[in-house]
Amino acid sequence: MFPHLDPVFLARAQFAFTVAYHITFPAFTIGLASWLAVVEWLWLKTGNPLYEQVYRMWVKIFAVTFGMGVVTGVVLSYQFGTNWSVFADKVGNVLGPLLGFEVLTAFFLEASFLGIMLFGWNRVSRKMHFTATMIVATGTLISAFWILSANSWMQTPAGFRQGANGLLYPTNWIELIFNPSFPYRFIHMVTGAYLTTAFVVGGIGGFYLWRGLHINHARIMLGMAMIMAIFVAPMQLLFGDMHGLNTFKYQPAKVAAMEGLWETEQGAALRLFALPDQTNERNTLEIAIPKLSSLILTHDFNGEVKGLKSWAKTDRPPVFVVFWAFRIMVGLGMLMIATGLAGLMLYLKKQLFSTRWFHMWCTAMTPAGFVAVVSGWFVTEVGRQPFAVFNVLRTSETLSPVPGSSVAVSLGAFVITYGLVFTAGAYYILKLIGKGPETTEDDVYGSHGVKQPPLVTDLASQTGGRDV
Amino acid sequence: MFSFESFLDLPLLWYGLIITVIFLYVLLDGFDLGIGILFPFAPTDACRNRMMNSVAPFWDGNETWLVLGGGGLFAAFPLAYAILMPAFYIPIILMLLGLIFRGVAFEFRFKATGKSRRIWDYSFHLGSLVATFMQGMVLGTFVHGVAVDGRNFSGGPFDWLSAFSAMTGVALVTGYALLGATWTIMKTEGDTQAWARNCARYMMLCVVLFMGLVSLSMPLMNEDIKNLWFTLPNFYWLQPMPILSVIFCIMLWRDLNTGREFRPFFLSLGLFLMNYIGIGISTWPWLVPFKVTLWHAAAGPESQSLLLLGTVFLLPCILCYTGYCFWVFRGKASHEHDAAY
Repeated sequence: MFPHLDPVFLARAQFAFTVAYHITFPAFTIGLASWLAVVEWLWLKTGNPLYEQVYRMWVKIFAVTFGMGVVTGVVLSYQFGTNWSVFADKVGNVLGPLLGFEVLTAFFLEASFLGIMLFGWNRVSRKMHFTATMIVATGTLISAFWILSANSWMQTPAGFRQGANGLLYPTNWIELIFNPSFPYRFIHMVTGAYLTTAFVVGGIGGFYLWRGLHINHARIMLGMAMIMAIFVAPMQLLFGDMHGLNTFKYQPAKVAAMEGLWETEQGAALRLFALPDQTNERNTLEIAIPKLSSLILTHDFNGEVKGLKSWAKTDRPPVFVVFWAFRIMVGLGMLMIATGLAGLMLYLKKQLFSTRWFHMWCTAMTPAGFVAVVSGWFVTEVGRQPFAVFNVLRTSETLSPVPGSSVAVSLGAFVITYGLVFTAGAYYILKLIGKGPETTEDDVYGSHGVKQPPLVTDLASQTGGRDV
Repeated sequence: MFSFESFLDLPLLWYGLIITVIFLYVLLDGFDLGIGILFPFAPTDACRNRMMNSVAPFWDGNETWLVLGGGGLFAAFPLAYAILMPAFYIPIILMLLGLIFRGVAFEFRFKATGKSRRIWDYSFHLGSLVATFMQGMVLGTFVHGVAVDGRNFSGGPFDWLSAFSAMTGVALVTGYALLGATWTIMKTEGDTQAWARNCARYMMLCVVLFMGLVSLSMPLMNEDIKNLWFTLPNFYWLQPMPILSVIFCIMLWRDLNTGREFRPFFLSLGLFLMNYIGIGISTWPWLVPFKVTLWHAAAGPESQSLLLLGTVFLLPCILCYTGYCFWVFRGKASHEHDAAY
């Protein structure tokens, strides 16, 4: 009844679950830390208390997210050993130092200065507090650098040799760290993280504007988010394309799975919709645009794209997951670009802060980044299968000598624990959002220094806040 | 490719580094896990707030030493990591789950209101308790040795369950509770401090009891350990440790009764150090006791060299700014939970 319940599948499922759960937190905190640094800088520069209040609201959300990121991250550093001990033994020489550097250069910075960022308000100067925020933001980026280098090495291994005992040894650290897919994957992920944050911040700003709450703060949130959506979302399309071309060069089987392409074709079509069928080696219900896939991948209408049948059945990644995860990611990316364009038009018409449908739309887009990031990781990780280290080490040969039942039970325990923690975390974050920025007495004054009677704010919330 | 192996014993250096890192973890996370262990027994909610506030800025950083311990072992001794992790599969997973429940409690507790705060009080307590107990069981199993075949663990999933490992589990719980209590003495005043002082007395008695039990049972369990400690001239060379332990215990007991605030914490650390060195000497030079030595488990010299180069520069920096953060939050902790932000 459960043909997939073999230890390899269980261990993969466990890793997929814990790592996908974990990555949603860094995907948010990488961007949020940088954004908080900008907000605090604006506060220090302009002295406008609105920025301080926005910062103080979001730093609490940052704390909850970061805490969940830390505890789920500790799990990962031990999971290489618990579930993948043969992998750990074989690639320890290569990946160990990279992960070691991640801890030494990033984790300590983040964890130590986070304390000052959260609790240091009355204990250090404003400048030192700002410095702490900057250090945390830098730490998140350094961390992304190392972990993406390690992951990219598993995709496009370089700078190593295989010893007689099957162990891998480094031969050139520069080639190993800056392996062929690393620059693309790093930029693509960091940009993805920035967009994730932008859509969360913009979504909450949009929600406040829609409901007529915290209008002045919400304008800052939505406005800054739209700057990201307008400029960075289209750039992400470009980065993603470059990353895809890099994958086409080094991992063509993955690209064939992303495209749902079974036969090698000159002038391959771009499949918009298909149901890939791994056993019968074909797609059902296909909707395709002729020649577009070849154009994107080879920049030639009749360029050749290798189909999945070029590889032995045992060397092909699971097509269905890769195919659909890719479409979800790209689809959300397109929606983000469209949001940016709509935002730009509304801004030029001076209606950005008064168009309710757009605020509702932004609210709906709040989770877009998370879904896109996780989908993207499914594309690249499932697309690497059946290898753990591409073309070097098969996933099935890297498993720990632990019984499947241990893996199954621990997977169940993780699902339950993470489910509880996620529910509680989401609840408290929603509560923080519901509470909104805390305003002090200064706040009754509008941004132009004119005292606003509290009545206006009440009125504004009834009328949707369009006139404030 | 550079390598320092021609003039440095890299595996030995890394062994030194890893045990230092694990010790720093035990010290730093020890006191905040200890606070979790004592948490529900505190007399009032204000006490609990004070205790939580006294560690809230540090727990992230403290737990990072555990990541460095795991990551460092993976990097410097991948074979030991690959054998030990499957051997400790269940206790490691339980420890991680415990750490999750206690870690999130720091954030959630201050945001919870009314009765739901109780949930996070217990999440913090039970998480800390389970994590500590499992660390103690891992330690006990480690000293006891695990089954190895070739480059793999070859035992069963429940090999770690034994009376001895259960005892080391309880021993570590009392040890961390002692660290937590003496930390609380240092960081609080009034009722909370008086209560912590009382806790520290009880915990110290337990720690002394377990130190005796472990010191007795280890030589009985293993012939090599017995020969190491009880042959001449080793016996004389190793005497400073039991003697120092006794001195620390006496000083600690007196400090707890004379109202000193800072020294009890550092004496507890000293006591931990003595035990730690004792275990280190007993298991020398094994990284997987009695099966794999530290030289056999070592990563390639290129890998150890690169990370060593980084560590030499980065570890002092980390210690400096960790020290700075502890200095920023010096003084007594407040009980007001909104002082958190």
